[in-house]
Amino acid sequence: MSEEALVGLFVATVQFGTLVFLAALGELIAERAGVLNLGVEGMMTMGAVSGFMVGLETGSAWAAFIAAAAVGALVGGLHALVSVVLGADQVVSGLALTIGGLGLAAYVGRNVVGERPETKFTDLGIVGLADIPWFGDIFFNQPPVVYVAVLLGLAVWFVLTRTRWGLALRAVGESAPTTDAVGHSVMALRSGAVMVGGAFAGAGGAFLSLYMAPGWTEGMVAGRGWIAVALVIFGAWRPGRLALGALLFGFTLALQPRLQSFDIELLGVDVSSISPALLGILPFVLTVLVLVIISWRYRHRPSVAPAALGLPYRREER
Amino acid sequence: MASENADHAVWLRGIEKQFPGVIACAGADLRVRPGTIHALLGENGAGKTTMVNVLAGVYRPDAGEVWVNGQRCSFHSPADAIAAGVGMVYQEFRLVPTLTVAENIVLGSAPRLLRSVEIEERVAELSAAYGMVADPTRPVWQLSMGERQRVEILKSLWRNASVLVMDEPTAVLTPGEAAELGAALRAMAEGGRSVIYISHKLDQVVAFCDEATVLRQGKTVATVEDLQEVDLTSLAEMMVGSSEGGYVDRPPAMEAGPEVLSLQGVCALNDRGLPALIDINMTVHAGEIVGIVGVSGNGQKELAEVINGLRRPTEGRVTVKELDITGASPGDLYGMGLAYVPEDRLGVGLAPKMSVVDNAVVRSYRSQRQGIFLSITKCVKFCQSLVERFAVRVGRLNDPIAGLSGGNLQRLLLGRELAEQPSVLVAAQPSRGLDVQGVAAIQGHLVDQRAAGVGVLLISEDLDELLALSDRLLVMFEGRIVGEYGPDVTPRTVLGSAMAGKAPK
Repeated sequence: MSEEALVGLFVATVQFGTLVFLAALGELIAERAGVLNLGVEGMMTMGAVSGFMVGLETGSAWAAFIAAAAVGALVGGLHALVSVVLGADQVVSGLALTIGGLGLAAYVGRNVVGERPETKFTDLGIVGLADIPWFGDIFFNQPPVVYVAVLLGLAVWFVLTRTRWGLALRAVGESAPTTDAVGHSVMALRSGAVMVGGAFAGAGGAFLSLYMAPGWTEGMVAGRGWIAVALVIFGAWRPGRLALGALLFGFTLALQPRLQSFDIELLGVDVSSISPALLGILPFVLTVLVLVIISWRYRHRPSVAPAALGLPYRREER
Repeated sequence: MASENADHAVWLRGIEKQFPGVIACAGADLRVRPGTIHALLGENGAGKTTMVNVLAGVYRPDAGEVWVNGQRCSFHSPADAIAAGVGMVYQEFRLVPTLTVAENIVLGSAPRLLRSVEIEERVAELSAAYGMVADPTRPVWQLSMGERQRVEILKSLWRNASVLVMDEPTAVLTPGEAAELGAALRAMAEGGRSVIYISHKLDQVVAFCDEATVLRQGKTVATVEDLQEVDLTSLAEMMVGSSEGGYVDRPPAMEAGPEVLSLQGVCALNDRGLPALIDINMTVHAGEIVGIVGVSGNGQKELAEVINGLRRPTEGRVTVKELDITGASPGDLYGMGLAYVPEDRLGVGLAPKMSVVDNAVVRSYRSQRQGIFLSITKCVKFCQSLVERFAVRVGRLNDPIAGLSGGNLQRLLLGRELAEQPSVLVAAQPSRGLDVQGVAAIQGHLVDQRAAGVGVLLISEDLDELLALSDRLLVMFEGRIVGEYGPDVTPRTVLGSAMAGKAPK
């Protein structure tokens, strides 16, 4: 394996990591508020198509990125309306969001399939650091979204642990009646969290359609939204661990298309001869493995999941 | 009118509130003077909790007026009530277990940016000012029930509540903690705040409170200006409308039958993976009530769960009628004659959203079959017979049970468990939170079962109940059985110190 290929692998690791990190960070916010949103895949897809189209129209990658976030927030708002305000089952609503989001995105984007974008994010060479061999390319010569994601991660951590909104958000994810009884609006907190979460997922989708795989094709999110959902569990609902997990999952995502070109043997099997379809399931195998390991490790402890996750709240229910 | 109202810290006037199928309040009144501790009395379902929930902004009354500190209030949410100076301490604490003491206290009124150290200092000052010790940095899940209650009270004081509502505050406390609570409440009343105190423990009500309002069936039936002037019996009379009450008497000792339940060297872990039961050895004989004495959280819950197959022991054996049942499933155990009345009635015992019939047959559905199908006719018949035999007051049999009062839920649960003649009954806190008639009914059934030759293991925090009913008392402390006593020969002080871990060796 050449040195160049190896650096390329890690550059892609950081980018795939950023993609799932953005979406997972959004899901983390929603879940810390007690709302499970299985619509990440749908929100990312809607973000991907709308980001790409706004990019075509305006010629500005940033405008596209922000528009995608807004669309993600809107789609998330639908989930908030159904599951938080109306108190419907969160799993059903989330799944509907994924299925509906994929369909709607296919419809909206039917005329731009295969178009070449004129705009995309360009790599941001950080002066002085980008020239460091190896690390320069991996960490300091990435598109700006990577650094935005890092800043967002820090911001989420800060808001969750150091502000009154974060305190209220964590509380509502543990016990809605308690939070209601001290005078916070459960509905506002949860809806807000779901919409912000949707914005993050939408932005993640735009990163995909504006940079990683510029263009729009149906199904281009390809299950990464589901990986983001698993990643939240892997990260034990904490932004720091989430970032580490994102790099791990990013690595498997980056590895999968490259394995075939690597001239290595694993356990006596020539890696390049393995079916790409089989390699494609690698990240999902890892997802299942991680879930098994995590639930086994925590089997004796109080669950690290927010206690009220998935439970709708109605005030006067006896 | 306004001047008259200004004399009251709280005036709830003609409150009406209806839930599906249940009239909780039918024009009840409550007046509380500033600087007093006011008892709100009544049986289960009399409307006490609904009244205070109206005051706390949780329920909106169908009719009636709410006045706080001379102001007519219309609360749309708990936040409105808090702003008006109402602080509520619920029976089930409204605390977030994973947050720290300080975080729980400031939740809802925190500054924009949390500076933990500064907040923790201010919380420590507040708790010192009222003599209520609570380490602000500890997460709440690590605290005892007494400590959690202190956090709840501090939460209200932090918001500068002028009216503090306490719903059954001593149910979870040791006698020592209860006395401390009484002193803290008195200090608050002397500082000009008012306290509304809901409790079934009349001796504590008389000891702690100044005035009382008695509710019956959603209406105010009596007010007491000075609690020092009335005796317990007349208070109890006001609540139930007749002078019955107190505890059922245990019939004289019988010849102990054969051993029906035995535990040998049983150890088990709690939900956190810490040892909850350590080398438990005990037996229950047919026709005997064995009482488990102890402050809650010393392994009683885990003990009941291990016997009933809900928790795997890490060591030791459990036998029923000399049959090793260690690790058997709850369903198998029921078939072997083990009945269980769990502490958590609506969580573990019954399914709140299912109907009376469904809840009644959920244990014995195998007997209600017609071929391979469940016979609805048989189910309804079975349920009807339970309802009649155990005097459960229900609306329609197909309505969800969530609307039933605590006493009726417990009658239904007990009836279901006893329907198929068990040989062992494990009852955890069977009469907790019930009204006088409910307590008497439940205890009567326990005594009947004993007479019918059932071995009863009674886990309770009510020492009077245990002393009245048990043939033998086992004291649990920190997961061990630290002593065995006869109920008639043991002074309470001895039991008290055993419960506190100071058993004479």
